[in-house]
Amino acid sequence: MIPAPDLAFTLNGRTVSTVDGSIGAPSMRLLDLLRLHAGQTGTKEGCGEGECGACAVLVDGELVNSCLVPVGQLHGCTVTSIEGLPRVDPLVTAFARAGAAQCGICTPGMVLAARALLDRVPQPTLDDVREALAGNLCRCTGYARIYTAVLDAATDAGPGKAGGR
Amino acid sequence: MSAVDPVSGQPPAPWYRPVSLADALSARARWRKDIVAIAGCTDLMVGWNAGARRLPPVLDLSALAELRSIEAGPDSVTIGATASCASIARHPVIAGRLPMLVASARQTGSVAIQNRATLGGNIMNASPAADNPPVLLAYGARLTLASVRGIRTIDYASFHAGYKRTLAEGDELLVSVTVPFPAERVTAYYRKVGTRRAQAISKIAMAALIERDDGAGPAVVRNASFGFASVGPVPLPAPSLSRSLRGLPLSGIDRAQVERALAADLAPLDDIRSTAAYRRSVAVNLVLAAIDAAREAAPRG
Repeated sequence: MIPAPDLAFTLNGRTVSTVDGSIGAPSMRLLDLLRLHAGQTGTKEGCGEGECGACAVLVDGELVNSCLVPVGQLHGCTVTSIEGLPRVDPLVTAFARAGAAQCGICTPGMVLAARALLDRVPQPTLDDVREALAGNLCRCTGYARIYTAVLDAATDAGPGKAGGR
Repeated sequence: MSAVDPVSGQPPAPWYRPVSLADALSARARWRKDIVAIAGCTDLMVGWNAGARRLPPVLDLSALAELRSIEAGPDSVTIGATASCASIARHPVIAGRLPMLVASARQTGSVAIQNRATLGGNIMNASPAADNPPVLLAYGARLTLASVRGIRTIDYASFHAGYKRTLAEGDELLVSVTVPFPAERVTAYYRKVGTRRAQAISKIAMAALIERDDGAGPAVVRNASFGFASVGPVPLPAPSLSRSLRGLPLSGIDRAQVERALAADLAPLDDIRSTAAYRRSVAVNLVLAAIDAAREAAPRG
C-alpha cells in the first residue's frame, strides 16, 4: 500500500501538519484534531454522526461537520473553528444581545453556520436563516432568539458592509 | 506517517489520495474492492464514529478536480461523481432545467452535509433510502464508469442489482452522471416524506416526470417516468406504472388503477422508519399528486 503523504493545512491562521506531529492518522476526525491536539475545545461533539451540528466548523468558508471530516482530506485547506473568529464579531455580539445562548453546547456551531450564511447571503430572510441552521440542533432556546440574533447581525452589518468582519 | 490515531490507538489506515484519475484507476485495478473509494465521507464516517474507529484502506477521490466538475451541454448536464450536493443545487443550468435535482440535493441532510456529500457517493453507497436516486431515475440518467480497461455508460435504472449491490465491477469507479433535459410540456414532481422536514431519512420519496400530449382533446399522458426511495431493496423505477399510464387522459386516472400498477413495481418493508402499508398508501398519494400537478399545468386542465 502506498503510504499516506504528508499533509498540512491552516487552522485559525496557523499551519498544522504531519511534519510537526499535530496531525496523526489521515483517518483522524477533524473534531479530534481540534479538541485533543490543537487545544481548540470551542468545537463540541454532540451526536458524532452529522445530525446535530455542534461540531460544525468552516473549511474554505463552507460549513462542515468536523466529526465527519477525516483530516487526510484537508491538505491545503483553511479551517476556521469558533476560536478563529475575530474577538469582536457582530454575530457573537448579536447572540449575546438576543439571549440566543443557554447551555452553550450548540452555540459555536450555530455561530459558524450563521457566519457561512451571511458570507453568502448578506441580507437573509427568516426562511434563509431557518434553512441554513436546520442542521444545528438546540435543545434549550427554541430557536427564536437564535434567528433573531442572526437577522440582527445581518442588519448591523448593513448593506454594503455585510460579510465583512 | 508513524503517528497513532489518538482515539483508536490504531496505526494509520492505509490512505491513498491520488491527484489524477489515471492513478486512481490504477489503484482501483490493483486493490479492487479491498480499497474503499471515498469522497464526502458523510456516510462512511458515521460508521467510523459508531464504533469501528478505523477506516478500511481508503482510495480518497477528494483531490481529483476532474471528478468535481459540472458540464452543461445542449441536451444534458454531466455531473462529476464527486460534485457536492451544494454545488449541484447552486448550478444555474441545473436550477433552470432539472428542478427536481435541485430539490433532492437540498434535502440531502443539512447544509453542512450538502457541502460535503457527493452525488456519486449517494449512488455508490447504494442505500434504498438515498435522496437523489429517485430523481435520477425519473429523469432517465446515465452513469459513466471508468477503469483501466476503458469507460462505459449504463442506464442508471439498471444499475442497482440488489440490496447494496450494483453493476459496478471491482476495478471500476463511477466518474460522472449524465442527466438529459426533459422534453417540453413536462411536469416534474418530487417529494420526500420523512419524520421532519430537515435531515430525516425518508420513509418514502418519489420523483415523477410526466410528459403531456396537448392534442385536440383533453391532455393525455405521453410518457411518465418515476423513481422511488425506501419502498424496496434498491431505488426503484416504476415500469408497470409508466406503462399503465401511457395514453391515458390526465383527468381520468383513478386511485385503484395506480394502486394496481404500483403493486407490481414496489416492494416496501416494515422497518424502523415506517410500515409497508403506510409506504404503499403514500406512494399512491404521491403519484396522484403528481398527476394532479400535471393536469393543472395542462392548457385545458
